[in-house]
Amino acid sequence: MNLTSLLSISLGAVLVNNFILVQFLGICPFMGVSKKMDTSIGMGVAVIFVMGLASAATWAINEYLLIPLQLEYMQTVAFILVIASLVQLVEMFLQKMIPALYQALGIYLPLITTNCAVLGVALLNVQNDYSFIESVVHGVMGGVGFLVAICLFASVRERVEDCECPKSFEGFPIALISAGLLALAFMGFSGLKVF
Amino acid sequence: MNVLYALLVLGVMGAVFGLILAIASKVFAVQTDERLEPITQALPGANCGGCGYTGCAAYAQAIIDGKAEIGLCAAGGNEASHIIADIMGVESAEMERTVALVRCRGYDRQFKGPYDGLQDCVAASKVAGRGPISCKFGCLGFGNCVKACKFGAIDIKDGVAFVDREKCKGCMACAAACPRGLIVPVPYKNEMYVSCASVAAPKISAKVCQNGCIACRKCEKICPVGAVSIQNNLAVIDYTKCESCGLCATVCPRHIIRDVLDHETVEQFKAKLARATELHKREQAMAKAKAAAEQENKN
Repeated sequence: MNLTSLLSISLGAVLVNNFILVQFLGICPFMGVSKKMDTSIGMGVAVIFVMGLASAATWAINEYLLIPLQLEYMQTVAFILVIASLVQLVEMFLQKMIPALYQALGIYLPLITTNCAVLGVALLNVQNDYSFIESVVHGVMGGVGFLVAICLFASVRERVEDCECPKSFEGFPIALISAGLLALAFMGFSGLKVF
Repeated sequence: MNVLYALLVLGVMGAVFGLILAIASKVFAVQTDERLEPITQALPGANCGGCGYTGCAAYAQAIIDGKAEIGLCAAGGNEASHIIADIMGVESAEMERTVALVRCRGYDRQFKGPYDGLQDCVAASKVAGRGPISCKFGCLGFGNCVKACKFGAIDIKDGVAFVDREKCKGCMACAAACPRGLIVPVPYKNEMYVSCASVAAPKISAKVCQNGCIACRKCEKICPVGAVSIQNNLAVIDYTKCESCGLCATVCPRHIIRDVLDHETVEQFKAKLARATELHKREQAMAKAKAAAEQENKN
């Protein structure tokens, strides 16, 4: 493990293999909370936070519990359990200790307890045989990729909202179309290779 | 054997996490005031933001913290403030109901040219030359206030926003949405209002709109209690003095001082306006004829 590999993991997670626009994970909050810029930023920050934490926790569970007991095939179930209770715990902790952050993350924190992007990052970490640091970097950067995607999408939607478009496309349909176009644009990164 | 392992490990994991969460919920328990719930219930729950807080729950919290007055909720009115005062154990003051008023009836406002921009008041008001319509102060009619109203009390009628006084709760969310600042709170019980906000010079007001205040001071002169005055080229009613006698409305040559109960249509309004203009012309003609007759007599 060296700095270059960490850098390429980060770049991969943010642009090349963007969780939303390339891997199509975590679409629910992507469509649900992207109507306004400020809420989407809140959501993005919460996702960074949870994905980083989940990567760390699931790596530990996998390494010290599942592999020694040869229970790798239980990864998905175990990870869901870990992530859900971890987020609950963090939520309680924040509410008591850092109310300002709790207020800022608001309802987004419980919303992403069972988000597939969060579960996806945990499973991808295992698939790619990442070390602890690599896992955490992958998790945090995956969250940053989510933030980038949802902010871009929110700004697109804010503009589309004010435009006149055919009646049958108003609202959700036009949002889906713009999401598709955004994903197409992100395909441009697929050939990106720095190292 | 392996199945047993799996069962055991997951079962134990679940139990441990459950235990941790149970302990955590005790350790990290946050004290909430027991009055918070009933106060939030007493508020209308529209989260209109008229009180200055982000929502009804935030306002309830502010009341408990002693940061906010009880009577700030215009939408809940006296009813809500009585209930909250009971919960908080203090006397509540009667509050006067206020409603929103759009200070424009510029039915005949002209577009300076074709406007293809966003159908949005803020966007339209940013267009060069202070917006696409002829009056710099008038209602743009794209309905930002309609969208802002949580109670469905505002409609665009004949291109101009109009507030339904019965539905209006006085939260003034619409006022914040109006880029022209046309919407103001007025007492519900008062019946006279000035439906213009133009402070342009009388000549310009007269040119751009048939229903603009031309600061002729007729209303100011006729008011028996001195409630109407011309300030900055615009008639203003002092609601602390006004007794809703309606005299000012009868003399206004532009028909911009109106009765709130007067739900006339544009046609009716225009007919009235035409009559007034006709009368005005006749008066002038008679005065001229009289002057001419006097001149002749002298000769």
